[in-house]
Amino acid sequence: MSGPTGIYLDNNATTRVDPRVVEEMLPFFSEHFGNPSSIHSFGAEVGGKMREARARVAALLGAAHDTEIVFTSGGTESNNTAILSALKVAPDRREIITSAVEHPAVLEVCRHLAKHEGYVLHIIPVDKQGRLDIDAYKAALSPRVAVVSIMWANNETGTIFPVEALADMAKEHGILFHTDAVQAVGKVPLRLAETNIDMLSLSGHKLHAPKGVGALYVRRGIRFRPLLRGGHQERERRAGTENTTAIIGLGKAAELALVHMDQENTTVKALRDKLEKALLETVGHCFVTGNVHDRLPNTTNIAFEYIEGEGILLFLSRVGIAASSGSACTSGSLEPSHVLRAMDIPFTAAHGAIRFSLSRETTEAEIDQVIAAVPEIIGRLRSLSPYWDNGAPRAEAFKPEYA
Amino acid sequence: MWNYTDKVKDYFFNPKNAGVLDGANGVGEVGSISCGDALRLMIKVDPDTQVITDARFQTFGCGSAIASSSALTEIVIGKTIDEARTITNQDIADFLGGLPPEKMHCSVMGHEALIAAIANFTGEELADDDHEEGALICKCFGVDEGMLDRAVRGNRLTTIEQVTAYTKAGGSCKTCFEKIEEKLADINAAMVAEGLLKAEEAYVYGGAAAAAAPAPAASGLIQISPLAEGAKKAQAAAPAMTNLQKIMVIQQAIEELRPHLQADGGDIELVDVDGDSVFVKLVGACAGCQMSAVTMQGVQQALIDKIGRPLRVIPHEARRFA
Ligand SMILES: Cc1ncc(COP(=O)(O)O)c(C=O)c1O
Repeated sequence: MSGPTGIYLDNNATTRVDPRVVEEMLPFFSEHFGNPSSIHSFGAEVGGKMREARARVAALLGAAHDTEIVFTSGGTESNNTAILSALKVAPDRREIITSAVEHPAVLEVCRHLAKHEGYVLHIIPVDKQGRLDIDAYKAALSPRVAVVSIMWANNETGTIFPVEALADMAKEHGILFHTDAVQAVGKVPLRLAETNIDMLSLSGHKLHAPKGVGALYVRRGIRFRPLLRGGHQERERRAGTENTTAIIGLGKAAELALVHMDQENTTVKALRDKLEKALLETVGHCFVTGNVHDRLPNTTNIAFEYIEGEGILLFLSRVGIAASSGSACTSGSLEPSHVLRAMDIPFTAAHGAIRFSLSRETTEAEIDQVIAAVPEIIGRLRSLSPYWDNGAPRAEAFKPEYA
Repeated sequence: MWNYTDKVKDYFFNPKNAGVLDGANGVGEVGSISCGDALRLMIKVDPDTQVITDARFQTFGCGSAIASSSALTEIVIGKTIDEARTITNQDIADFLGGLPPEKMHCSVMGHEALIAAIANFTGEELADDDHEEGALICKCFGVDEGMLDRAVRGNRLTTIEQVTAYTKAGGSCKTCFEKIEEKLADINAAMVAEGLLKAEEAYVYGGAAAAAAPAPAASGLIQISPLAEGAKKAQAAAPAMTNLQKIMVIQQAIEELRPHLQADGGDIELVDVDGDSVFVKLVGACAGCQMSAVTMQGVQQALIDKIGRPLRVIPHEARRFA
């Protein structure tokens, strides 16, 4: 079976498993297949390898202790576990703080809790650059709040929030601080031991490990309640026979991420900047969304005005370029992404926002091809648009019957 | 991504009849940029024979919107005005070998543009009539009664979810859920009376039971989003409030929101509350721009979260439409 070929610029959605990760995992499918809990020799090797994986993940996070790492099925499970645990250990605190641009694995959990379990939810807004409203955040902090869950980096725009400072402020009120760092881990150097962050979620498939594995960092000394019960695994913090092969893969991926960290912030960043600069110059009537002064090195989200994102993606896909869009039409919902709406991006642009997310596997030749392909695609779609005429927007000339 | 037919892909990648039609004597424009799709259909009609000799389109929208528009021009060219009047949105979808259910609204938009273009050619005052004969049902997506009626009848729709997939109505704030429900029940009842629909298929007001009915006409699986239920639950969970209590809670919620808007150089003022419609005035930086719709949405969500029931926040300038 040969896979699809082309230029993959959708690494915030998922990444390719690094061949070195695959190699590390292979013996654990059918040779060392034992249960790490077993006494006999089939499980012996596995236990040691799991310990190594835990240490590698702890090193990537800059955690003080390996035991602070709890392996899970991924970002979504880690987020759910963290928030629900924080609420259970502080039953007298009935408020939750989160941001308007979280991944649904946080935002929907919080909304559900507010709607069905009576929690008061503070959703902190962002400004037009996607920066968190710090005053609103400060105002929401109080001893009534059980947990803050605010992402480290946004999956759509790459915008980074100052979570270390936010965690400091939360601590003053005795609030547990959780961060969804699924997009940040592996791209941003982390030293959790030196922060006041209590819990952190990461996901394997965003850093060249397999899908369906991740981890929750739980700072030593904080109170914790498991989501899954019925087994002693992960020090009774996550019951169920471990996904050993995937965990071992995650360990290798963490080690590689640490090795390549510099590359993310030099080579990958330079390619991202090259792509962004070229498109802004050649296309016109487009702009970068998010906080360009503080964001992930691999992500650019460009809003092309007066056209719709799905059409752009279809054309890109035809020439072998994979990207993604915050547009409504691709997601099956009817409105542009909640992240772009929270940032007040005008509808004229929000529908045409395209996210290019690179990885350490992206090459300069690939970026050059994208730079060459995009302007024509945008031009073609604009030539079909009623809001566009001879190379210029003419939104005011088009006034449909109902709007 | 979407499971588009080869024909949809072909009409998207190589659209026929795209661009401005010089000498058009019938133009229909529907949709809006905030909805995510908009279409201008231009037709040239021979005044003697009433035959549509040429047609072109300009479309802002997704792949299937562009393909549907192009298909529409192919379908109408060579037809007389009377023949064109009988074209349905299903004809557009069929021409393309089917559309994913969530994309049927693209064919509906094509159909609406055709009606508007014909009206423009014949000089009928259609668009205005539309709004007068039928109230605007879904304000988020500009769906009025006339459009709803045509979509429900033309496609034998029998669930709220189908109505949303075909017209987008109810796809956003969901406050129009009850109106859609009533309207759908009425239209289905009329269709049963006219022998167009079996009584057991018809949507009955308050009857989510009908939601299990298979999708008529559309190919593929219908993905039903549980929006109808969500809205109902919110309503059921809402404690009974007197009107005065409700207004006070809304007023208080708006007071809490003001500092955020003031920080952006704007402000908000509560003008009136009428049932589940909250009329507000946006001032300063918030008013008048495209983004005011976004601000309104934010205010609305905040109010819904506070009050625990669906509400519609409407700029008071738009009151005449409500
Ligand atoms: C910011 C963020 N959080 C959480 C997730 C969910 O992670 P997972 O797919 O491992 O459940 C994702 C990935 O889609 C993400 O981007």
